[in-house]
Amino acid sequence: MLSIEALSKVYADGTRALEDVSLAVEAGEIVAIVGGSGCGKTTLLRLVAGLDRATQGAVRIDGEVIDAPHPAVGLAFQEARLLPWLRVRDNAGFGLQHMATAVRRHKVDDALARVGLTAHADRWPRELSGGQQQRVSIARALVPGPKALLLDEPFSALDAMTRASLHEHLLALWDESRPTVVIVTHDVEEAVTLGDRVVVMQPNPGRLFETIGVDLPRPRRPLDLGFDSAKHRVLRALDASLGGRERFPGTAGDSAAKATPATGRRRWG
Amino acid sequence: MASVDLISGRPPAADAAPAADAGGAATRRPAAGIWLVGVVLPLVVAVGWEAAIRFGLVQGRLLPPPSRIFDTLVTLARSGDLATHVLATLSRIGLGFAVGAAAGTAVGALTGASRPLRRVLDPTIQALRAIPSIAWVPLFILWLGIFEASKVTLIAVGVFFPVYLGVMSAIASVDRKLIEVGRVFRLSPLALVRRVLLPAVLPAWVTALRSGLGLGFMFVVAAEFMGASEGLGYLLVDGQQLGKPDQILAAIITFAVLGKLCDSLIVALTAPLLAWQDTARDRL
Repeated sequence: MLSIEALSKVYADGTRALEDVSLAVEAGEIVAIVGGSGCGKTTLLRLVAGLDRATQGAVRIDGEVIDAPHPAVGLAFQEARLLPWLRVRDNAGFGLQHMATAVRRHKVDDALARVGLTAHADRWPRELSGGQQQRVSIARALVPGPKALLLDEPFSALDAMTRASLHEHLLALWDESRPTVVIVTHDVEEAVTLGDRVVVMQPNPGRLFETIGVDLPRPRRPLDLGFDSAKHRVLRALDASLGGRERFPGTAGDSAAKATPATGRRRWG
Repeated sequence: MASVDLISGRPPAADAAPAADAGGAATRRPAAGIWLVGVVLPLVVAVGWEAAIRFGLVQGRLLPPPSRIFDTLVTLARSGDLATHVLATLSRIGLGFAVGAAAGTAVGALTGASRPLRRVLDPTIQALRAIPSIAWVPLFILWLGIFEASKVTLIAVGVFFPVYLGVMSAIASVDRKLIEVGRVFRLSPLALVRRVLLPAVLPAWVTALRSGLGLGFMFVVAAEFMGASEGLGYLLVDGQQLGKPDQILAAIITFAVLGKLCDSLIVALTAPLLAWQDTARDRL
């Protein structure tokens, strides 16, 4: 279990990025975090990843405090951040250097197959599209077998069609070992598609506003029964979190999810 | 850069193109021997020059025709003198370049990676860099004598600065985001250097080495001017003192060929390490 306990972060310039955020994520649960800009989503994720130190509070995974990058926590960034001098295979296996070559190769091949990039294993990152690069990035984070996977707006730079197919690839990877997933996104549709729970955060200072459970079977599609009502609950919460001042542009993914190809789907519990 | 074609006999980007548009890459592949185009201009000039002298349009005493320069080259080569001079010059450059490049890489890596070290060392090094390296010659001769040590030192100093500058700025400007990837995967400082920093600065390092080598050739001439009994620089001085312009031009042409070959060697040796780059090799 990933537990975030009364976490606060004040930056050196006095910005209160996070204030008293507590959240418990069950093992194997997928939690999506949405919120207006400046609500501390990314700060929260960086604290959980151990990249930054919290001003107050703590992050624990199965009781163990995280204050530096930890083997139990994998992170994929907003940009793919592949190393351009490594082939796709070596990028995906970047976190496995300590393992025997044969084991590493097996794990990497398996992960690349799950994200549909077997044929690209020996390519350079520059030869891949943005969506393919992001798949490698997620595979790289998952290949070492972390207990928790953190995703920081990993699909935000991609077009809507690509994003929809990446949701499937992500769930395919997730289904193998069922890690805890925390995904930060600004796309409400993405949050409802992926999350068991959607956590809405509020800016100035960043804090939790509301948690909305999404009790729909996977795979979820925007036309599914109940999808719209879940989405509306999230949008309403977002609206309220911003004091009704600005409308949250959360419907960007509409046409995309409709275009999701039906092939290669798995059934989720 | 045509040198890649010269060495490998094939266009540099041919195997770098994505397989997906391999067809497109094939159509872009230049015809074999396209580099010959670069030979046209010097050839035309040489033939025109030769003709002008043959037809008595100009006097060839101070500007000897290509045929006489070629004869001089052949004579020098036959007698074994050319090999002796080339070897002397190359061994000076080789030693000076090795020392200068190694020192420049090491110091540049240290100052690039450590901000405190940069604050302490860089201003001094930049001030030293501002001194025209030839200005050191009298001091080096006093300190190290007029033989090899002072010559090699001068070349090493000349090579040091561009390599230092290139490596330092490359390391200091490695993408912080990639370094963060290393942190996420808990790389030790040493592993971070080996797996992220070094590969990231490799292209800039090669460029720095190449400008360093260029300066090495410049300073070997200066070094050989200050008193040498062999070397291409000696041939130049000797040609001036004995009034043999053909020998001077023969030495200059040899320099051009040697410089180009050494540069191509660096490019060819590092090419496999830089295959991941996107077309950059054409720009280098």
